Amino acid sequence: MSGDRMKKTPGSKEKAAVFVARKRNFTIAFLGVFAVFIISSLATGYDVAGGFAAVPKAVHWMASNFVPDEKAWSRLPNILAKLIETAFLSVAVTVCAAVCAFFFGLPGTRTLKLNPWVGRAVRIIAAFFRNVPDVVWAMLLLFSFGQNILTGFFALFFYTFGILTRTFIETVDEVSADCIEALHAAGAGDLQTVFQGILPSSMPEILSWILYMIETNIRNSTLIGILTATGIGYLFDLYYKRMDYASAGLVVLSVVLLVIAIELLSNQIRKVIL
Amino acid sequence: MNELVAAERGLALPELQRCMQKSRAGKIKTAAKSKNRLAVRLTVFVLLGLTLCGFATFDYKNIDLLAAIAGTLDNARVLFGQPRLMYTNGAEAWTALLVSFSLGALSTIFGALLGLLGALFCAGNIANPIAAGIIKRFVSLIRAVPTILWVLIFTVAAGLGSVAAVVGLTFHSAGYLTKAYAESIEEMDSGVIEALKASGASFWQIVFQAILPSSISYMVAWTFLRFEINFINAIAVGAAAGAGGIGFELYMAGSHYFDLRELGWITYMVVAAVIALELLATKIKAKVG
Repeated sequence: MSGDRMKKTPGSKEKAAVFVARKRNFTIAFLGVFAVFIISSLATGYDVAGGFAAVPKAVHWMASNFVPDEKAWSRLPNILAKLIETAFLSVAVTVCAAVCAFFFGLPGTRTLKLNPWVGRAVRIIAAFFRNVPDVVWAMLLLFSFGQNILTGFFALFFYTFGILTRTFIETVDEVSADCIEALHAAGAGDLQTVFQGILPSSMPEILSWILYMIETNIRNSTLIGILTATGIGYLFDLYYKRMDYASAGLVVLSVVLLVIAIELLSNQIRKVIL
Repeated sequence: MNELVAAERGLALPELQRCMQKSRAGKIKTAAKSKNRLAVRLTVFVLLGLTLCGFATFDYKNIDLLAAIAGTLDNARVLFGQPRLMYTNGAEAWTALLVSFSLGALSTIFGALLGLLGALFCAGNIANPIAAGIIKRFVSLIRAVPTILWVLIFTVAAGLGSVAAVVGLTFHSAGYLTKAYAESIEEMDSGVIEALKASGASFWQIVFQAILPSSISYMVAWTFLRFEINFINAIAVGAAAGAGGIGFELYMAGSHYFDLRELGWITYMVVAAVIALELLATKIKAKVG
């Protein structure tokens, strides 16, 4: 279309208006983000140039200090034991939280058509568990459970439970609506609907979320481990504070390999089941 | 499921009969045995098995579980029931909250910029496949390192403070947003890009005229999701790496003063902030979408 003809088309003014509006919205958004950037930089005392300079410095530092030496390799059995414990922990937490979240979330689904007040209560409770930072759970549990693996277990559990309840509600509403209607029409009871309709039809999606949370929980358990002195996080913290960076680097390497292995495995499983 | 799917898509009857499986007695099997179903079952059994195995091998150090649970419930009642501040005042706490919020905002802005750049060079429908493969692997490597470890690594290199926190948080955000943005771009109608390519548009023209306008709403949604995660992560690294902000106050209240009530007050503050952020995100998403 030549420019000449474009001018004559009746819609051209509106088209131009669309572009003007787009440009204006873009400018507003840009200014908004820029304002947030300035305020945030001032509030934290963040030094932009220093930030950029830190990256090559950190990479150089990592390359020279984080390489596992002989002493670090001699700690490998210890690191692997903690790594396996962390992997088991995150699977156990995610599976337990998923089972609880599924049954807790059921009354919150729109498709089951239960009492709307119950549904609302379920959503609020889920939001509560999702929004209280896992740091708080870790601190709270540390008082009574001490430096125990169960501290990590429950701290991860509450957060996972909150996230999975919300996603399961959404999944069930999205995936199972038709089959629930069909089962209700055929005269199935609530329990039958759950086990014959909802569970089989939403299982692939649910599994996909469980796999994702297992991966996330391995990463989160390093944080919880540092706070509660358990698992692989504690080991990293120990070596890090002793400035035994070679061993700390080996811990990071082992976590990275575990997370990538789980991600690859999850992707393979997703390809088959979804 | 196969029959249902076939019926829904209006497949021809022979097709349907092929999908339908009958048992030896000639009854129609309502649950078709497919590879898919088998894989789901297998995954469920393996996960359950690993869970049991985990519980069997954990070192519980002879903890008195009932006493610990009862103690935790008591503490939770104090924490959530009687919040008050003692070691800091309200103004200090709100300033600390602003600092955590700012750490989250800065790392989200940097992460979004890097993520956008990364996504443009690794989305399957516009990027060079070789470059895309390299970037995707590199990004998943970055994502595999827990955020807290990035922050601790940068703390040694750049010193304790906001630089280490922001750069550390940015690494994981950039990795996450690259993947999320790339997926939003890949969902785009391929016809549009082809039409623009055919009419001689350059790469950047395609980006600004087709890709950004059509996937901006997804991208905004992902960015805000990440902002919420970064805010929570900023609190976490404040507690575990001493990076300042409300997370550090949480850590002091919990692990130094052992003051549950102060912990409770700060918790409520954080929860209120997260909910406010969620509401703001919903409003902005509605405007963009």
